[in-house]
Amino acid sequence: MNPPQGIALPPLLAANPRLGDWLRVRPAGVIEVRPGKVELGQGVLTALAQVAAEELDVSLARVRMMPAVTGLSPDEGYTSGSLSVQHSGAALRLICAEARGRFLAAAAARLGVPGDKLTVTDGQILAPDGRASSYWELADAGLLDRPATGGYQPKPASAYRVVGTSLPRLDLPDKLTGRPRYTHDLSPDGLCYGRIVRPPSRGATLAHLDPAAALALPGVLTVVRDGNFLGVVAEREEVALRAADRLRADAGWERRPTLPDPADLPAFLVSAAAETTVLAERGGPPPPGQIAASVEATYHRPYLAHASMGPSSATALVSDQGGPRLRVWSHTQGVYPLRAELARALGLAEDDITVTHVAGAGCYGHNGADDAALDAALLATAVPGRPVQVTWSRADELGWAPFGPAAVVRVAADLDSTGNVLFWRHQIWGNGHSTRPGSNPSVALLAAGHRAGGRDIEPAAEPPMARGGGAGRNSVPGYDFPAYQIVNHRLLDMPLRTSALRSLGAFLNVFAAESFMDELAAAAGRDPVEYRLACLTDPRARAVVEAAARRSGWDTWPRAESVGHGIGFARYKNTSAYCAVVAEVAAVSEIRVRRLTVAVDAGLVINPDGAANQVEGGAIQATSWALKEKVRFDRYGVTSDSWETYPILRFSEVPAVEVELLPGYGNPALGIGEAAQGPTAAAIGNAVYDALGVRVRALPLTGEHVLAAMPD
Amino acid sequence: MDDERAAPATAVLVNGQRREVRTERDTALLYVLRNHLGLKGTRFGCGLGLCGACLVLVDGLAAYSCDTPLWAVQGKEITTVEGLGTADEPHPVTRALIARQGAQCGYCLPGVIIAAAGLLGRNADPSDEEVRAALDGNLCRCGAHNRIVRAVLDAAAELRAGPR
Repeated sequence: MNPPQGIALPPLLAANPRLGDWLRVRPAGVIEVRPGKVELGQGVLTALAQVAAEELDVSLARVRMMPAVTGLSPDEGYTSGSLSVQHSGAALRLICAEARGRFLAAAAARLGVPGDKLTVTDGQILAPDGRASSYWELADAGLLDRPATGGYQPKPASAYRVVGTSLPRLDLPDKLTGRPRYTHDLSPDGLCYGRIVRPPSRGATLAHLDPAAALALPGVLTVVRDGNFLGVVAEREEVALRAADRLRADAGWERRPTLPDPADLPAFLVSAAAETTVLAERGGPPPPGQIAASVEATYHRPYLAHASMGPSSATALVSDQGGPRLRVWSHTQGVYPLRAELARALGLAEDDITVTHVAGAGCYGHNGADDAALDAALLATAVPGRPVQVTWSRADELGWAPFGPAAVVRVAADLDSTGNVLFWRHQIWGNGHSTRPGSNPSVALLAAGHRAGGRDIEPAAEPPMARGGGAGRNSVPGYDFPAYQIVNHRLLDMPLRTSALRSLGAFLNVFAAESFMDELAAAAGRDPVEYRLACLTDPRARAVVEAAARRSGWDTWPRAESVGHGIGFARYKNTSAYCAVVAEVAAVSEIRVRRLTVAVDAGLVINPDGAANQVEGGAIQATSWALKEKVRFDRYGVTSDSWETYPILRFSEVPAVEVELLPGYGNPALGIGEAAQGPTAAAIGNAVYDALGVRVRALPLTGEHVLAAMPD
Repeated sequence: MDDERAAPATAVLVNGQRREVRTERDTALLYVLRNHLGLKGTRFGCGLGLCGACLVLVDGLAAYSCDTPLWAVQGKEITTVEGLGTADEPHPVTRALIARQGAQCGYCLPGVIIAAAGLLGRNADPSDEEVRAALDGNLCRCGAHNRIVRAVLDAAAELRAGPR
């Protein structure tokens, strides 16, 4: 059918055009909204509910956000990349505007009144003579059982009453009073509990196993062994834990060293086999006569763990009767990609599997959620008819979930006689940032590689820069340099599995580029803020740098012994939210961040308090990464598998954080959730230099790295 | 569950109610609360008493339920987050957290609420530093710390002002 003249449908909506898949009106006056995006702890479902309430002219209380379920929800792929408000928000805006328009037209016909004489108040459709209809009265008219056309204009931003206000999160009261809301809390009838016994190191093989003692524990239902995959199912969780301990003691593994020498990880990264690609370039090197100086510096980040407070968990049920063969409840970032991967892993048709999203603890990227789903499915296969819940141990969560990749970045610049950049060269060495299911030639789920005949997950690929890149994210300078070249060396071996962690490569690329900018400013004897503004013409970029400087009192900042301040700036992905951070640190026996001042321009903001909360949380998490975090390993496996060996920032160490959201000026919404990661780390590193006169180029900024960076 | 009948019966006093559970006496209190009694607000985070997600009050003092065996709490009064308030009538700390939107994923917060309630039970007027020190055994990964601290200070002020 030919849609009427209208707005081009955004790709997600064009792929899932049926209005009724996104929106349902219940006779009781409830509007069910079913986006394909999922709650990761970031409050996105509240923001999307605001968008729906706004366009439909209903109160937020009438909107019920439905969980993503395969077969029912629109397929919006993954909830990732700070794109939910941009993508899903744009789709819902059009869908709700169209639904409103169709309901109005139906009411107009029913009441015999021209549509433009009708008004909508909280879902009630009112005629000038006092007669009324409502969305729910018309709910059965089949108005939503048709594809979106884009023929209905959403409200102009100037008419917004719900969007742009700081409404409280819809999900918090339940979560704070202990009502079951998380994957871990599901308790269907007949639930039993599974635990996985992982190999003691990477690449270890299970040489012998005596399951008799574990099987003899009262309440143990079965032990599942498939190659190097080992698990147990029991009636009670405490029994599953004891049985897993018993199995661990009664299993013999052959271990072999597969990991690089942790003592010199940067040397491994720059020397390992790699595929070298030019990611971006502009112009070419200047003629030698123009170059007054050439400088370069090398930066490093370690592997980082997601380290969510709740370990990965999933519940699975293999049917012993009719219906779908396998049902899975998971805190995955994408119910459809997970379903497809489970189908590959288990040799099932996708239609034989249903995946339902249930919230997990905070999700900051591709964590163990999808892996836990296969774990649960494999155990559930051994006890058909019984739902099996698998929750990972803390040690497995910190040791076996994908990591954000370790990397080295080398930045070099040719300068003119005033210290301005003529040519900028940025090189990256490290593993790629995505081994998500669906992006990998092998089955990208941990247990798949441990099963008999299983293949290791292939080294992570590099998504195109047009989609924001992975290792290359934010490697292209945001400054007006006349020429640059960006080169990525993607490793072809993946000793530790790496995948997407909040901001991907932007964390190190921005730390490196913004540290280097400070080094250039210092060498030229120029103020770091002035130096940046001198090569920044984008007015929105200038505005966040100026706002962060002004609010932090950059120009009037009182100098004190061992205290420093520093700035970092980036526009996330070069296309998303603008963010500048000023950090104040005290460097005495250790580095402490006292204060962060963050300025962000994200265009239209749906929920300002929610956005500020995301930015503040991102800045605090990035402070934790920058100051403390590093995955530790030996030649066999990961050794940082507890909160003692993988410490994160504590309450008493958290800096004061001020977030200023700049006015949107009618610009469209830009993703905000990851914008602060790189600028925060850079601001802290630059503040350390300001405090100590020492340029620390290796993360984390521990005493050890500060000492190593001190001149001899 | 057949095997449960074989396990010994133990009485526990949770949120003012005497409940009987059948499990081994060295079972961690966490699993008794979550699975035997259905009180899902107490959360598993690490199993080693290092993150605070599983905190409960035992005779008014915060304790890690993940490494507290059942036998150790016999005859003692256990309070979980469900015992501190409901969605309709939340505890002052919970109410302040909602008012301040002091959360992102929310997973760590029942443990935070327990630790804060324990603090306010012994110190009605804590400083910002004292709140942070009291919460240092609670980890939060989302970065909601500062909002949480402000909420606890709000709750302390509300409690000092007396019943509304």
